[in-house]
Amino acid sequence: MRISEDWQASQINPVGLSAYLDPQYLLTSKVKNQDEGLAVMEESLRSGAVSLAVIELTKPLSFTAGRRLQLAAETGCSTGLCIIPEGMGNNAAESRWRCSPLFDPQDSTLQRWEIIKNKSGTLRAWDVRWDAETRRVIVV
Amino acid sequence: MQKRVVSLWFERLPSERVLRARPVDAPFALTHHQKNADRIYCLNPEAERAGLHRGMGFSDARAFCRDLQSRPADINADAQFLHMLARWSKRYCPWVGLEGRDGLVLTIAGSAHLFGGEEALLDDMRLRLARSGIGARIGLGDTRGAAWAMAHYGPGGICTQTDLTALPIAALRLDEKTLTGLQRLGIRTIADIIALPRATITRRFGRDVLLRLDQALGDQSEDISPLSEDPHYGVRMTLPEPIGLTGDVMAGTERLLTSLCAKLKINEKGARILLLVLRRVDQGNQQVELRLAQPLRDAARILPLFERGVDNVDAGFGIDQMRLVATQVENLPTQQMNHISGQKEGKLDDLITRIGVRIGLENVQRFLPADSHIPERSFIVSPAAYSRPEGAWITMQPRPLRLFPPEAITAHGPHPPARFHWRRMPLTTGRATGPERIAPEWWIVDDNWRSGVRDYWKVDTKEGQRLWLFYTPQSPNWYVQGEFA
Repeated sequence: MRISEDWQASQINPVGLSAYLDPQYLLTSKVKNQDEGLAVMEESLRSGAVSLAVIELTKPLSFTAGRRLQLAAETGCSTGLCIIPEGMGNNAAESRWRCSPLFDPQDSTLQRWEIIKNKSGTLRAWDVRWDAETRRVIVV
Repeated sequence: MQKRVVSLWFERLPSERVLRARPVDAPFALTHHQKNADRIYCLNPEAERAGLHRGMGFSDARAFCRDLQSRPADINADAQFLHMLARWSKRYCPWVGLEGRDGLVLTIAGSAHLFGGEEALLDDMRLRLARSGIGARIGLGDTRGAAWAMAHYGPGGICTQTDLTALPIAALRLDEKTLTGLQRLGIRTIADIIALPRATITRRFGRDVLLRLDQALGDQSEDISPLSEDPHYGVRMTLPEPIGLTGDVMAGTERLLTSLCAKLKINEKGARILLLVLRRVDQGNQQVELRLAQPLRDAARILPLFERGVDNVDAGFGIDQMRLVATQVENLPTQQMNHISGQKEGKLDDLITRIGVRIGLENVQRFLPADSHIPERSFIVSPAAYSRPEGAWITMQPRPLRLFPPEAITAHGPHPPARFHWRRMPLTTGRATGPERIAPEWWIVDDNWRSGVRDYWKVDTKEGQRLWLFYTPQSPNWYVQGEFA
């Protein structure tokens, strides 16, 4: 489940996505504003019908909203992911990651995954690439 | 049992339907475009007295009659009105069929005594129709043919054998050509036809004439097919005391849902749109609409989906009547249960419904593959509630994960620039793969592809971004259209 606001012009290209995930398992919802998006996010996390819910945020997430999402994810045993703009994170978050592509002369799937906030451990960074044959991420 | 048939002929049904809503005390006609001209479709008696007739050109009619008022005819609405009349006439008997576009046929055998005999029944019919402003000619006979003949060509009322034989041959429902042929032979009334030897009629005019004659006289049977009545998926409940608590309303809704779902189950249907109307003590109506992501008739699953809508209802001084209607139903055949059909599917559909209540069912979407090599058109976005996931996703060339409307960058020449600015970021090309030429689809007019063919390049920048650039050789320019993972 991917939740985004309806004014955003860029969209997921399912043909490009099909290298990583079969697009038939993907649902998208277009919402009018962030509050609506958060409500949809909470609803889908709580129901447990979807295993991963992703929301694109454009405004900072309040403490209450973040906590509600956490509780909903715990109830539904599902994973939620908020894509936030740089520097708009919530202090209550358990962990926060930064994911950026890297240039690599041989391959074009190299990425750096950094954990920039971790309440239960230390911060680290990994360089990963996508292995098309086994269809999974491998750490370089 | 002897059959008794009533035939109703609404001579001016279309114009009377319009005039009922807006009475006019002047010549009035409905026009309809036929044979390349606006012609009079139906008219009121005043217009007929002014010398107009059906099928006349409308411009001629206006020349004859200066103060003629007119409206365009609405044939669908007329048919609907006739169906309404058919429903009304079920008060006389259960067996009601349509007779062409402007008549009804009723089998009243066995129900006439409820109205005090046939004469009284016809009087009652006439009175009620006249009161509602509909002129009808009514015939009653032993057969459908006799009743029709009496309504159309006789004085109306009960038709006996002698009445029938005195009617002109046109009362036999024959086609125009046969009628002319018979009249040329000097045959004017039905009695004349009966007097002729049967074999000669068949040889001269075919079997149709005798068939119609036998049908009118009752020697040959003729069926009346009654209109089927669609089952109505609605239930209601009137409460002795007004209620206002959410829990009470939900309990009422549960009762209504149980009986509605039982009805749906008998007919193997599933509700797609449900409407809960709550009437308040002050006569105000509150409506809760529920659009389901899949046809359902399981009360236990539908009920929790109503919660959000019922929460938002303003109960005022209390609700004393509840009505639940399935406004859209779909076929839902019973299915064999097995161990594979798990809970997961149902949970997802319920989630879609729940989200749909909040943001609109059409805003929950899924992707379906489409047959096009244009990147923006290689997939369709369709509402998840009205489509099934299907199709195979095949990619020959790498495609970006994110597509956006083309954003121009400054560059020259057919090869990707070594340095460029995109979204205010200075970027340096590390590796460029391409070109892949994509031509516009000439059979679809697309303004975005006016610039002609495009050469697509995948550019890995030294800064990390992997972009999808294209160059339009026919009007040299560079654009960024997508971003790879």
